[in-house]
Amino acid sequence: MAKLPKPEELAKVDFKPPKTGWMDTPANLKPGTFCWGAKAKNLQVVDFPNARDWNPTEDDWKLPKEWEGTVLEAMADRLSKYRSFKLFLDICVRCGACADKCHFFIGTGDPKNMPVLRTELLRSVYKKYFTNSGKVLGKLGGARELTYDVLKEWWYYFYQCTECRRCSVFCPYGIDTAEITLMAREFMNLLGLNTDWISGPVSNCYTKGNHLGLEPHTITSSVEFFLDDIETITGIKVEPTFNRKGAEILFVTPSGDLFADPGTYTAMGYLMLFHELGLDYTWSTYASEGGNFGFFTSNEMAKRLHYKIYAEAKRLGVKYIIGGECGHMWRLIHQYLDTWHGPADFLEVPRSPVTGTVFENACSTKMVHVTEFTADLIKNGKLTLDPSRNDHLKLTYHDSCNTARGMGLLEEPRYVIRNVCNHFYEMPENTIREKTFCCGSGTGLNASENMELRMQGGLPRANAVKHVHEKYGVNMLANICAIDRATLKASMDYWVPAVGVTGVHELVGNAMVMTGEKERTQDLRLEPLPGEEGNE
Amino acid sequence: MATLDLGGQSIEVDEEGYLTNLDDWSKELAEHMATEDGITLTEAHWEVINFLRDYFQKYQIAPMIKILVKEIGKTMGPEKGNTKYLYELYPAGPAKQACRYAGLPKPTGCV
Repeated sequence: MAKLPKPEELAKVDFKPPKTGWMDTPANLKPGTFCWGAKAKNLQVVDFPNARDWNPTEDDWKLPKEWEGTVLEAMADRLSKYRSFKLFLDICVRCGACADKCHFFIGTGDPKNMPVLRTELLRSVYKKYFTNSGKVLGKLGGARELTYDVLKEWWYYFYQCTECRRCSVFCPYGIDTAEITLMAREFMNLLGLNTDWISGPVSNCYTKGNHLGLEPHTITSSVEFFLDDIETITGIKVEPTFNRKGAEILFVTPSGDLFADPGTYTAMGYLMLFHELGLDYTWSTYASEGGNFGFFTSNEMAKRLHYKIYAEAKRLGVKYIIGGECGHMWRLIHQYLDTWHGPADFLEVPRSPVTGTVFENACSTKMVHVTEFTADLIKNGKLTLDPSRNDHLKLTYHDSCNTARGMGLLEEPRYVIRNVCNHFYEMPENTIREKTFCCGSGTGLNASENMELRMQGGLPRANAVKHVHEKYGVNMLANICAIDRATLKASMDYWVPAVGVTGVHELVGNAMVMTGEKERTQDLRLEPLPGEEGNE
Repeated sequence: MATLDLGGQSIEVDEEGYLTNLDDWSKELAEHMATEDGITLTEAHWEVINFLRDYFQKYQIAPMIKILVKEIGKTMGPEKGNTKYLYELYPAGPAKQACRYAGLPKPTGCV
């Protein structure tokens, strides 16, 4: 595996463009900046075409015969189906407002990571085959043929976009580069060109219900492990249920929360909160994944994986769903569900059994974000909180791209944090809320073989964290996304080692005073609470 | 597809040296992988490898580090139930290195 350069080396970003023009500069697949190719077995499971083992570093990518025709046919089809796709290809005036807004451009200095040029990689092919000017003028009109080199360039750069949509916030036309990346990835999947890190979780999710491939008994044993820790910390025995028919609420969270630190502490927070409320809810070992890596392959695959949450809600006969701290799950629920599957009318509009609040915003999807649910509890004074238990933490908050730009969830997480912690500091205005910087590893880029690219893409976010770390002594980065919890930890360890990573409900679990709890001396990580450091 | 040579027998591994077919595993193979990393497997190393293999048999996934830590603490004594001890045994990381020797697929962490 490629050796990761030291932070001080990687921070020296060279913004000088190559001497040759972009069309004459083929992609150079640098080790450490791309993922391994998708494995045959994982593509076979979901009936994806051209399933074979292949290696991106080899010259022969084992493409199917007449692959050019396959791509162009698919492009014609999507152009006729999705007006947004055609519009985004046609209307760009190359103003450059997006150019320096991409975390991958800021972190790599590679011009093809400017959203405008990334899109041009595909737009040039569109022009050649679908526009008169491109057909007549050719290269002069910015058009080029679809060649093997072009395809390799697509694979390299469209797996260097995290579909975070920060660029679209700054585009005067509202061009959404994520839509272009989605299409490019969709075309490449018709040729079997995906990455192992994406196709593995897709296959797992399709066969086992979650990305990690956790079996039902693995899920329950993992939760039992958390329950033991909760009992050690609070003296309270929490007894959740699984796959229980007739429960009022189904709870779904990313599988990362069940099997990867620090997400596991967030899962403990959920368990404690729901126990304290006496919530009539159940976990599912079938709909055991909030995320959807299918979204990083094709629209059709995303749709196939997505509906299991609702199928399970129907099977169990719950009234509605609470969703955990996840990123892209929420973009899909908020922006895709209704188009894919229509409103979930067999469920009821979510109403908090504790406060009576009706979540009108979820009247179509019937799915409430757990930070909305908890913010409402706090607003109505239903939780006893002791924020001083988090006094050893100086928090800042990273808006996940998908919850911020994909559903406008900006205030609720902050409201919860401010109520469960005494020390909260915002990062600079142009790096948060709608303008938040990506963690650097979304859309299935959070593998280990592409660590150099991940750290480059993570630099702008880490830089903002470093700023509040130096200015206010921030030592903990909160977020509401399982991918964030995994990727920001790596990014912080690399760029700002003094800062840890936490989910919001871990903080809630620490601050919440539970009925009948023993005097707490440890936090959810089994570390001593402030003031208890000497009593170990 | 990469391969690993064990006494004239060619065994399939992935890009990072993890076994492609878990049935190809043998004690000799684990020792061979360790030797290539300059490590001699002691009883303490085997304790970890055996736990990983048992856990995988039961759950079809590599355990979280904290489960491994707790288990090693139980069987080897509380002074050894910590990540420091595991890193001393497996300097490249107990999750990755020990899983590779144990013939498990590469641990994924969060996806």
